[in-house]
This record gives sequence, C-alpha cells and structure tokens, in this order.
Amino acid sequence: MTRLTPFSVTTDWAGFTLPLFACPIPAGFPSPADDHLEASLNLYELLFAHPASTFLARVSGDSMVGAGIRSEDIIAVDRALPPADGCIVVAVLDGEHTLKRLRKKGKSTWLEADNPRYAPIELVEGNNLTVFGVVTHVIHDFQPKKLRTTLAARSRKRA
Amino acid sequence: MIALVDCNNFYVSCERVFQPRLEGVPVVVLSNNDGCLISRSDEAKALGFQMGEPYHLARPRLREHNVRVFSSNYPLYGDLSRRVIRVLSEFTPEVDVYSIDESFLNLAGFRYHQPDLAAYAARIRKTVLEHVGIPTCVGVAPTKTLAKMANRLAKKQHERVLTLGTSEQQQAALQATAVADVWGIGRRYGHKLQELGLTTAADLAAMPEGWVRRHLGGVVGVRLWQELHGRPCLDFDPEALEDEPDRPSRRHSVAHTRSFGRPQSAPTVLSEAVASFVARAAEKLRRHGLAAHVLTVLVGTDRHAPTAGPKTYTAVTTLPTATDDTGTLTRAALHRLRQLLRPGTAYHRAGVVLSGLEPAGQAQLGLFTQTPEQLLRNQQLMSRLDALNGRFGKDAVRYAAAGLSNEQWAGRRQLCSPGYTTDWYNLWNIRA
Repeated sequence: MTRLTPFSVTTDWAGFTLPLFACPIPAGFPSPADDHLEASLNLYELLFAHPASTFLARVSGDSMVGAGIRSEDIIAVDRALPPADGCIVVAVLDGEHTLKRLRKKGKSTWLEADNPRYAPIELVEGNNLTVFGVVTHVIHDFQPKKLRTTLAARSRKRA
Repeated sequence: MIALVDCNNFYVSCERVFQPRLEGVPVVVLSNNDGCLISRSDEAKALGFQMGEPYHLARPRLREHNVRVFSSNYPLYGDLSRRVIRVLSEFTPEVDVYSIDESFLNLAGFRYHQPDLAAYAARIRKTVLEHVGIPTCVGVAPTKTLAKMANRLAKKQHERVLTLGTSEQQQAALQATAVADVWGIGRRYGHKLQELGLTTAADLAAMPEGWVRRHLGGVVGVRLWQELHGRPCLDFDPEALEDEPDRPSRRHSVAHTRSFGRPQSAPTVLSEAVASFVARAAEKLRRHGLAAHVLTVLVGTDRHAPTAGPKTYTAVTTLPTATDDTGTLTRAALHRLRQLLRPGTAYHRAGVVLSGLEPAGQAQLGLFTQTPEQLLRNQQLMSRLDALNGRFGKDAVRYAAAGLSNEQWAGRRQLCSPGYTTDWYNLWNIRA
C-alpha cells in the first residue's frame, strides 16, 4: 500500500515557465499580419532555380553592354537550360569562356555581341560549339567600391 | 538494384569545368602541400604517371611532357561534389555518399516504373555531365560489390555505363575481374588468394562458403562472397577486410597527416605543426560527437631517400579517459612527439591519429583525472572555440602551442586554381 504524505508547496516564480504563443495574448488588437507570416524573401531562390547547375561569374569586357551586362557585373549561368536561339550564353571559344548571344537559324549557328564595335562570330561548319550554360540573371552593383570595402572588412575579421 | 556513380578523375574534371583549355591535354592534381599526384587525366595516365607518385620525383617528366599541374583546391572540389550529389538525389530518394566522388544510389523497386534500368543509368550520367560538367561512370547491379565491379568495367567501355541485370551478365563480369580487384579484397588478401590458386572473381565466387569463411577473414569474407552472388549484405563493410590488427581501422579513427612544404628539423616548428594537426583532428571528433582513447603521433623522414631503415616513426599513447578536448590531446601529443624526435633529423611529414573512438560524454571518470566541474568547463570551452572558429574562420581562435602561422611548414600551394565558386574575390571570370 502506498501512503501519501502531503507537503507544503512553495511557489518559485523564477523557475516557472509558461508556454509561448506565437501570437501574444494582447491587451489590444492582435496583429492582423500574424496569420500571414511567411519567411522573408530569399534572393537565392530567385537566382538559383536550379541550385546544382547554376554558377556565378564575374564579367570583364564590354561586348554585351547593349544587353545590359557591363564589365564587373555578376551573372548567374544555368547549365540545366537548353541553349536556344536568342539566349545569352557562356560559350567555349578557342579554349576560353566567352559571353555572347547565341543565334541559330536553319543549320547555321553564330555568336553575337551586343555592342556595335564587335562583329558577330560565325562558327565554321563542323566546328562544334560548346555552350557552358545559359545566363539567367545579371547583378549590377551601383556602388562597387562600397560593397568591396564592406566585404573586405568582413573577410579581414575572418582572417 | 544499386547504382554506383563514380566521377572520372574527379579533381582534374573539376579544374576542367572552369578551364576549357585543359580539355584533351595531360593534367594532374597534387595532394595537400603538393606532396604527390592524386588525380590524373586520362592523358596523364597514358604518359605513365602513377597514382601517389611523389611530385618532386615526377617533376622533370611532368615538365618534359608539358603536363598542367595543380595544387588541390578542396573548396572547389567540395562545391562541385555537393552539386553532383544534388543532381543524383533527383534520381532516387536514397543516395549513399561513399566519398567525395562516389555515391551509391538505391534503385530498389525501380524496375516497376523504370523497366529499362540501363537507360535510366545512362540518363543519370548524361544529366550529371550536362548540369554540373563532371563526367562519370555508372555501374548497376544487385549488390554494392557487384555495382563497384560494374563501374570498374564501365570505365573501359565507350558508353561508360554498365548494368549487370541478369546472372549471365554478372557471371561474365566476375570472370572479367581479377580477384585482387574485387572491392574490399585489398593487397594482402589479393596475394593470399592468388597463392591459393584463384585468379578471377568468378573463381572466388565458385568456392564453397566454408572455404571462404576459413580463408577470407571469417564472416566478413562470407559477406563479400554473398555480395558476389548477388545477395546484398546490409552490413557489408569493404574496409573491414583491409584492417590489420596492429593498425587502427580507418573507419574507427580520425587522422590528420601532412607533408611539409620543406623538410623541418626544429622541434619548435614540428611541435606547432603537430599541435595544429591535433586541433584539426579534435575538431573533427567533436563534429561527429566522438571521443578518442588512443592517440598516435607520427613523423616521417624522406620516404624516397636511399638510406635503409624505417621512414616513419610513431608513438602511441593511451589516454586515461576518452576525450575530445583539444588541450588534453595537445599535451599528450607534444609529450609523445618530444620522445620521438631525434636531433638533427629532417622530417618531411607529421601526423596525428585518434582512435579507440566512442560516443563523447560517456567516459568513465578517472580517480586521478579531471573532476566533473573541470570536465564541464572544458566542454564549454571547446564549444565556444568551435563556435568562434565557425563564425570567424578556421583558426581564428587557437591554442598557442599551434603557433601563430603555418608559414614555416605548410606547402605553398602556388599551383592552386582560384576559388571559382566559393570566393567573391576570385569568382570565375568570363570575357564578354
């Protein structure tokens, strides 16, 4: 048989915890936004629709200024997208990567710059064009110096 | 069925993704601190360069054949490896990542919606190549051991994909594979089996189970034999056979070993190097929630010097209680190191191996070791240390024993390609 012995209870408020509700029980109105709470925007989702196959690259040169890609800009290149006529692509030319607009008409394929100073590059027949990937976004920095200093300060801290 | 996807010459392939100029020319990648050749393009293999060949010996021939040489760029390889695994995970819910460049894909039951597994395997290969730019070989078979064998054979085929679906195909593969090349057999058992008159994997598979149990490491060998017969053994561990009794198993130890950029004889420099290796290894222990009982310190002299005698010297110490504490491990390691060093000897490499691993936090307290309070304080110290280094970068906070810089002993890694995908400053550059 179990005997129960009553003992006095002291209330220790410091050790007392209450469940926390996402919506605090308010004196006034609850926030009407609480039911619609979502995570904040993640730029990564937008730039990396295909995270496994998207690569970032920095551009140097002005052959694509007309398309809005300037030197020092960062582009997102997706390998999963099929290179179609009119796409801006990263192609392999003479063992180097180059940024151009892909043009296909009938059997011929050529690469176009978006700057009147550069002539289109006709591909010699039988010369297989290798496309690294299709450009999906461009990131242009209007205050490049400022960003660089911030990044530099951060990496100094890290080192 | 199980598919093994293995990236071809992975480190070289990673370099090629960002440098198309490297296509079709001989390329090699060196190990940490530029010690030896660890990845070779097919062209470099054809020129006779060997896996593990020391760089300083291969150098004149590399130059003569105009081979492109790279230091290892692990941030890049890690990033591309994650991308490959991500693509693979779209093909099956179960990906077993075996190493940086090898993954097993469980395709159990797939024949119901993918009747042509060979075509499915070909699609896996094609997608990885297109989406990440890394060429692979795919072997498909009922067991991991046979999948590994299929992969090996696929390397020699034009399509680079081989499926061993029927027992005839499996038998043909067993006959085409030397017994020493079976996954898990290793050099020691390879010799032994050949002496016993077995040449191919088919010969081994044809032996009765009792014979295998007697001659091939007991139950571990029987598991391998079962796998060869197409019967998967869930707990088959290919490394179990290779373990030798006097050497801690790779699976059950954490090691950090490096070749120095140039030979070192000063005890202070060697101590600093060993202390930083201990810090790395202890960090790894904590990341996996493990504690180590046994600590081995090793130093090595020139492996390729003509002098006789051992080239590696080791000292083993058993700790009173298993620990993951960098301070305790460093003290023990430096104590052993001092006994190991011979004045005036130039050492080419050093390392630390932590073994006798057990889950952390269940060590029995010793009578003469730390009190529970001290233990708790040390644990807190270690988690702060890891948190700080996680936030501010490797070695932001470290023990003074590890020295201020690794400049003295680290290799220069001058041949390293930039962190194309991991570093804002060295981002992959494209000409427009």
